[in-house]
Amino acid sequence: MSSLSRFTLSVLLVLLTTSGSAGAATLEEVRARGYLVAGVNGGVFGFSMPDKDGTWRGLDVDTARAVAAAVFGDAGKIKFTALTAVQRLPALQSKEIDVLCRNTTQTLTRETTNGLSFAHVNFYDGQGFLIAKKLGVKSAKELSGATVCVLPGTTTELNAADFFRKNKMAWKPVVIEQVSELGKAFFAGRCDCLTSDTSQLAAHRSVAPNPDDYILLPEIISKEPLAPVVRHGDDQWYDIVNWTVMALIQAEEFGITSANVDEMLKSKDPQIQRFLGVTPGLGQSLGLNDRWAYHIIKQVGNYGEIFDRNVGPGTPLALPRGLNDLWTNGGLMYAAPFR
Amino acid sequence: MPDRPPAANQAQAGRTAFWLEPGKRAILYQGALLCLLGLLAYYLISNTLTNLERQSIATGWGFLDKEAAFEVGESVIPYSAADTYGRALIVGALNTLKVALIGMAMTLVLGTLIGVARLSTNWLVSKLAAGYIELMQNIPVLLQLFFWYAIFYEALPSPREALHPLRGLFLCNRGVVFAVPQPHPAHKYMLAALFAGVVLVYLLQRWVRARQARSGRGFPLGTVGAGILVGLPALVWLAFGAPRGMNVPELAGFNFQGGVTWSPEFIALLLGLVLYTAAFVAEIVRAGIQAVGKGQQEAALSIGLRRRQVLHLVILPQALRVIIPPLTSQMLNLTKNSSLAVAIGFPDFVSVANTTINQTGQAIEGVALIMLVYLMFSLTTSAFMNWYNRKTRLIER
Repeated sequence: MSSLSRFTLSVLLVLLTTSGSAGAATLEEVRARGYLVAGVNGGVFGFSMPDKDGTWRGLDVDTARAVAAAVFGDAGKIKFTALTAVQRLPALQSKEIDVLCRNTTQTLTRETTNGLSFAHVNFYDGQGFLIAKKLGVKSAKELSGATVCVLPGTTTELNAADFFRKNKMAWKPVVIEQVSELGKAFFAGRCDCLTSDTSQLAAHRSVAPNPDDYILLPEIISKEPLAPVVRHGDDQWYDIVNWTVMALIQAEEFGITSANVDEMLKSKDPQIQRFLGVTPGLGQSLGLNDRWAYHIIKQVGNYGEIFDRNVGPGTPLALPRGLNDLWTNGGLMYAAPFR
Repeated sequence: MPDRPPAANQAQAGRTAFWLEPGKRAILYQGALLCLLGLLAYYLISNTLTNLERQSIATGWGFLDKEAAFEVGESVIPYSAADTYGRALIVGALNTLKVALIGMAMTLVLGTLIGVARLSTNWLVSKLAAGYIELMQNIPVLLQLFFWYAIFYEALPSPREALHPLRGLFLCNRGVVFAVPQPHPAHKYMLAALFAGVVLVYLLQRWVRARQARSGRGFPLGTVGAGILVGLPALVWLAFGAPRGMNVPELAGFNFQGGVTWSPEFIALLLGLVLYTAAFVAEIVRAGIQAVGKGQQEAALSIGLRRRQVLHLVILPQALRVIIPPLTSQMLNLTKNSSLAVAIGFPDFVSVANTTINQTGQAIEGVALIMLVYLMFSLTTSAFMNWYNRKTRLIER
């Protein structure tokens, strides 16, 4: 049985058997279990992929670790579940995972008909096209008649259809569920181009047999705000995940890093005192320890550190901060006030 | 007591409690079981609805009329992203049907050939067939699919350097592209002529059989039948002035335009399913033939029947009776295994339904549809095979 059917069935089972009343309290469940279960991609370098020692690395992975640090004060109390695009939403709905950090785009239907809630965006992305240089294509508008590799069950699949429809071009999708199989098919020449979020295309290219043979076309055809996701109906858990992402961003804005967070505990700034729990209150109102933000920053780092470590200029992906810079630097990363 | 009058018997029966009477007790038990099942169903359904409501997941069949907004790689009927989910699902179902029907036909032919080869008196042929069967039966079909798919995109060149073994035929990593005749009004009539030919051959065969039973005289039915089947459409074709326009594929931009393309996904799926299932069919055919006693064959030969007649008149009628039931389940397997298409990206029903489930979030409706469609395919296949089984059953006196 394919893995997809397994997940779909698990949704059915959970929907069929769990009793209707006990819905909320993901926090209690996670605490009782002793670790957080996070759904991740598993195949995208820079976002979530195990390194050669088997340690999970990536921006999404670190976001999930921050949630574990907030809940337990220990970023290591976490288990990762690798999910395909098709599996991810059913896995969350069926409670196989507590939080989904898997480059998932926030959309209206996912929040409504799928019954999910998106926390603050942890990566602003857009969809592009990766293509072999030797085809000589300079613009996505020249892709008429092209065969395009695309992951099923993604907004990407829909955006591509919209793009070709809008520009009245014919195309042929090749839809393969496993990221690795899809990459293999593309680099072997089964498709003329590969379409996905540009960050993922960069990741694909970085592991290609000969990365320099491929280029990204200039067009960005969609907005892809990627954010951690939780189930509808548990507001406390949503708040925890949402404010964890904001804490990462706020820490960068405050200039708090994993290196100087202990120094910052002595800060005289009342905002920083509240943020790090020197002045108690914020953590309690989330149902957490008041030192939650301290643990996050101490163990995982702030958003800027996470970005630089996984996808920034020093990494093979070498992505610029762009939209993902702080609002004070002209980006979109903007946390609501911690008070 | 044997001499007790019947009335007394009844009176005693009347005294027994009704739940101790076998008939009534059975009804009681079954009633109780039914109630339990009903309660369970009620519990599951109401629970599901509450859960869906609580997680605010949409329910109902309304999504079938909404715009699908995703593209499907290949389709037998016109389809675009502007069509509805309902139509996308029909496209998927037809793709599954296409693979299943072509696959079944090819499997039957290949399986029979290998099964007969397995019994050949030629040592090499028999061992080759045995080797094939062992190899194919013992490698999981999913691996075989990956293998054929990888062969396609790894070994074949890009469209611009496509292999070109024959005029109008191209092989590349976009699939097999071949020329087809230009649409022409004659084709409709040629098809009609073919049907007429089939009816004619059927009638001829009945006449030949009756005549042979009456007089013992044979008739070259094979040659004449083939002549009629090919000849009639050919005559119609000539009558229309022999239209020879071909729709030849040509490289335009990224890919071939014109002609017909069989995608690597489709071919890999078809190859994988056919080669795998044919191994099982071959064994079934061999078993069926061996189930007919050797004496039967020898007896038939000794009364002067030719080898072909022995096969047709003595062996096959008895072998089919053994072959058909297990063959049915192999045909069903082939249809069900076609859902592995998801792994190599052929847009079969499961693949389209998965995308639909994912985009709409309506897993329960989607899975129900998948079950319904496969149930329908399977029941139709087995109904047909059962009908054929009854037809070929040995009529014993």
